[in-house]
Amino acid sequence: MGNKQTTFTDEQLEAYQDCTFFTRKEILRLHSRYRELAPHLVPLDYTNNPDIRVPLTLIVTMPELKENPFRDRIVETFSEDGQGNLTFNDFVDMFSALCETSPRELKTIYAFKIYDYNRDNFICKEDLEKTLNKLTKGELTPEEVALVCDKAIEEADLDADNKLSFADFENMISKAPDFLSNFHVRI
Amino acid sequence: MPPKRKNDTAIKVEDVGMDVDAVLDSGSEEEARRRTKNRRIKPQRKAKQVSDDEEEEEEDEAPKKRGRKKKPKPQDSDEDDEEDKRSVKSKGSKVSRKKAQKDDSDEESEEDRGKRKKGGAVSKKEKEEQNKDKKGNPKERRRDSKGGDKDKKKKNGKLSSSSSDSGESDEDSLSEGELAALKEQVEEKKKLIATLRNKPWRMKRRLVLLKEAQEFVEKFEGALGKGRGRKLYAFKVMMTKKFIKFKRDFENFKTACIPWERKIKEVESHFGSSVASYFIFLRWMYGVNLVLFGLMFGLVVLPEVLMGLPYGSIPRKTVPREEQDSAMDFSVLFDFGGYCKYSILFYGYYNNSPTIGVLKFRLPLSYLLVGVGIFGYSLMVVVRMMARNANEGGDGADEGEFTFSWKMFTSWDYLIGNPETADNKYASITTSFKESIVDEQENQKDENIHLRRFLRVLANLMILCCLGGSGYLIYYAVKRSQEFSKMDPDDLSWLQKNEVEIVMSLLGLVCPPLFETIAELEKYHPRIALKWQLGRIFALFLGNLYTFLFALFDEVTAKLESEKIIKNATEWGLNEYYANYSSFYNTTNVPPPNVDPADVVRGPCWETAVGIEFVKLTVSDIQVTYLTILIGDFLRAVTVRFLNYCWCWDLEAGFPSYAEFDISGNVLGLIFNQGMIWMGAFYAPGLVGLNVLRLLTSMYYQCWAVMACNVPHERVFKASRSNNFYMGLLLLVLFLSLLPVVYTIMTLSPSFDCGPFSGQDKMYDVVMETIEKDLPAFIGNIFTYATNPGLIMPAVLLMVLALYYLNTTSKGYQQANLDLKKKMQMARDEEKNRRNNKDSTNQVMKDLEDLLPNKSLVPPPTEEEPPPPDVVTEKGSKSPKTKPGSATKGVNLQKEVSLAASNPRGPVTRAPGPRGGPPGNTRGPQPGPGRGRGAPPRK
Repeated sequence: MGNKQTTFTDEQLEAYQDCTFFTRKEILRLHSRYRELAPHLVPLDYTNNPDIRVPLTLIVTMPELKENPFRDRIVETFSEDGQGNLTFNDFVDMFSALCETSPRELKTIYAFKIYDYNRDNFICKEDLEKTLNKLTKGELTPEEVALVCDKAIEEADLDADNKLSFADFENMISKAPDFLSNFHVRI
Repeated sequence: MPPKRKNDTAIKVEDVGMDVDAVLDSGSEEEARRRTKNRRIKPQRKAKQVSDDEEEEEEDEAPKKRGRKKKPKPQDSDEDDEEDKRSVKSKGSKVSRKKAQKDDSDEESEEDRGKRKKGGAVSKKEKEEQNKDKKGNPKERRRDSKGGDKDKKKKNGKLSSSSSDSGESDEDSLSEGELAALKEQVEEKKKLIATLRNKPWRMKRRLVLLKEAQEFVEKFEGALGKGRGRKLYAFKVMMTKKFIKFKRDFENFKTACIPWERKIKEVESHFGSSVASYFIFLRWMYGVNLVLFGLMFGLVVLPEVLMGLPYGSIPRKTVPREEQDSAMDFSVLFDFGGYCKYSILFYGYYNNSPTIGVLKFRLPLSYLLVGVGIFGYSLMVVVRMMARNANEGGDGADEGEFTFSWKMFTSWDYLIGNPETADNKYASITTSFKESIVDEQENQKDENIHLRRFLRVLANLMILCCLGGSGYLIYYAVKRSQEFSKMDPDDLSWLQKNEVEIVMSLLGLVCPPLFETIAELEKYHPRIALKWQLGRIFALFLGNLYTFLFALFDEVTAKLESEKIIKNATEWGLNEYYANYSSFYNTTNVPPPNVDPADVVRGPCWETAVGIEFVKLTVSDIQVTYLTILIGDFLRAVTVRFLNYCWCWDLEAGFPSYAEFDISGNVLGLIFNQGMIWMGAFYAPGLVGLNVLRLLTSMYYQCWAVMACNVPHERVFKASRSNNFYMGLLLLVLFLSLLPVVYTIMTLSPSFDCGPFSGQDKMYDVVMETIEKDLPAFIGNIFTYATNPGLIMPAVLLMVLALYYLNTTSKGYQQANLDLKKKMQMARDEEKNRRNNKDSTNQVMKDLEDLLPNKSLVPPPTEEEPPPPDVVTEKGSKSPKTKPGSATKGVNLQKEVSLAASNPRGPVTRAPGPRGGPPGNTRGPQPGPGRGRGAPPRK
């Protein structure tokens, strides 16, 4: 480990490796990144699992997320309280789900959660509109937005309830060629 | 309810723990206590026998339930959690309870067992009946079972306290079944540990579960197996643990060894995944070449250097006398003449003695095998990579099926971390949306199709002309260079000497942009245009390469001719020498002629010449690539940047602007470079090393260049789809470069005085020689049989048959796939139609669905009017798709639906009729079973 002070015990590192797709080195790096966000808040010593949360406003300043139009949603999705305050566990969880080696199924689940703005377990029209406006920075006219949303629902909605359930979403994403290559963040 | 349950379960876990501990430390003094306890328990047990059995059945259901519940349901994740724990623990308790039972039954007589069996049977029957009623009412059932569980737990609380004591000594009485069950549980836990990272749970919960599972495994693993088997088992468990640890460490080490991760990440965040895909490809290529280099260097170059004869010992390792003056000149060395030509870099340097050194290393054999092995390894790696890529991509739905949804959900590249790139991406996404909208609104604009067709034909004609012209140009240049090579090298300028390479590099530089300009005429969709462009550049490169090869072959045949003459002259000279010597000294013992190796007459050694050509080609390719980057990117960027202060228009936004990174061109360049390496490696072993150096520098250089002087693409094209396209090209190039090499190995005879195969008729004779001389006779026999045409023909036939069979099956699968897709489409359409047309009854139907399972138990009150019976019957009898207005279409649709075969909602839509049997219900099956087949209620 090299450091004089241990950040994690071996046990903790093993547990994290069991629960994520990261290697030991990456977990330590994640911790240092996490600590960088709020040096005064996050201790170096994590052996006793301190309950510390870094607020959303700090998390989204990370270069990995800074330009992402869905950054707030991503952080919110992975935070336990739903407000975007991340503990270190949530933080690791987030990057583990978004990393390159995590499987398509897992990514699909989290993508669905991210795009489901109102958290009703369906991607409905408002969710789509929000997504679209974020993607295009509001460059499209309302009619165009409506058209695109209608079309998207029409395409992917298998059971015709005018909103996308997880099954619809999964079906659509599983065929998308770019999903895996685009839906990942390298830390 | 959950917290209470949790309490119960907590107690249980303790019980289980105690139980196990007790099992482990068995003591005889406990025996007595156990008996007394048993006596106390017996009546209790008998009373509860029936209910106990019932519970057991309940618990059998538990795993299923759990399996169902494991699906991600974010809203009840907490409950889920509890549920999981519960079922796990109840399993544990089951074991303990079973043990207790077993104990009892051991003590008690047969009749009791019979009784219990009977009881079990009765309860089973009851159960079945209950099931019939209850099926389809999972909620109530669960409540029941929960209640039961609770009761049971109370019982168990007492029971297990006894069993914890009583169970200790009956280690032996752990029957096979229980052991198996325990093992299964342990396996399950292990599986959970292994797959925990794939579960969409919160980290906290994952950690907790992990800990629990690990503890469980730890506890119970020891209990499995007995006596010596137990020790073995423990050992095995320990070893697996060690192995896992080792594997993880190795994995850590491996990822630590992957170079340039940060560098690529940086590029990625600036330019998105498409540019990064080039660098990843470059890195992969570097890895492959490193292995090739290891093979070549370790098995060919190093042995020759260490154990072979030193420089200057024999003619082939010496610079000829007439060249010695200029052998160290830079210009000569730069053309790979002089000392370079007579070095380990090239084929000619290697000696043909069958074994070298004290280790008796068979260098010629090794040379041949490595030459072939390089192709074998590359082929394997490329194919494996292709297979992996194919798995990664989506399973390829039709292009048009999900245009908007894909754009919406998968177009943002999460890797982007640079504001400029992000802006570009926003813009490109917006444009692509707008394009799609326009496409959607007016599906096909009718322009002047004739004009476009004419333009396309014209463009293709022009490109064909270009290709033909470039091919001729190369052929002409090679011919000219052959004429030059006959002249005195001192009279030639550098330009004349390197004409071929310059022409080829220039063509590679000029033609692609030319093609791009011509392609403007065609007005294809950019993605299609890109494919065309790639195809054309590929054709150009390939044509050039093959023209070059054919010209080279002409040269080789010419060299072979001249070699024959020299060979004859040398042999004649030697004979003369021997004759003269023996006649002069009158002895038959003739010493070899005492000539300095530098003065020996030697043949042209065509292999080295070919090797030099390839090396020169590679070097000039490197030069051109690097210079292009330096001038085209760097100088341009510098000019634009600094002249912008004093210029009349905005250079940065206007005409020259900064360059974009040309992904396709770079990837193709890399692929062709690799093709040249593959072709040339056999004749120039040093080429692989050179290529490794090139890739290494290129990584740093291009990374720097792209970060310093390029701007992100305006139109980002997709990388993932083209990945396998590139791999396919690489495979094609591999095959094409395999052909000439194998051809030369099999047909041309090697030079008589240079290289490891000199003196042999054909290169592969080395293998034959080894088989005949150095291997046991029977292996030689096997080889003779194996190469018998009588054996080869059937083998080929068999392969063809296998190919045919595989082809047919794959076609069959494709067909099946297509059918399934069609069915899905139909089902979907039908569903949609139904929903759209019966919107008024939709809500009612939905409610009815929800009410359906309860019907047999409690007649629920309905607020809404039951639907008119005739509508219901229509729905029940006909497809729900039938629109009221389109009766004529109904027949047709009916057919389609039957094709679709699975209308999961079919049975459900049959109206149950809340009160009193409506007509639909009388003819339909019982709603209970139907409910079971239908989809769960939508909520």
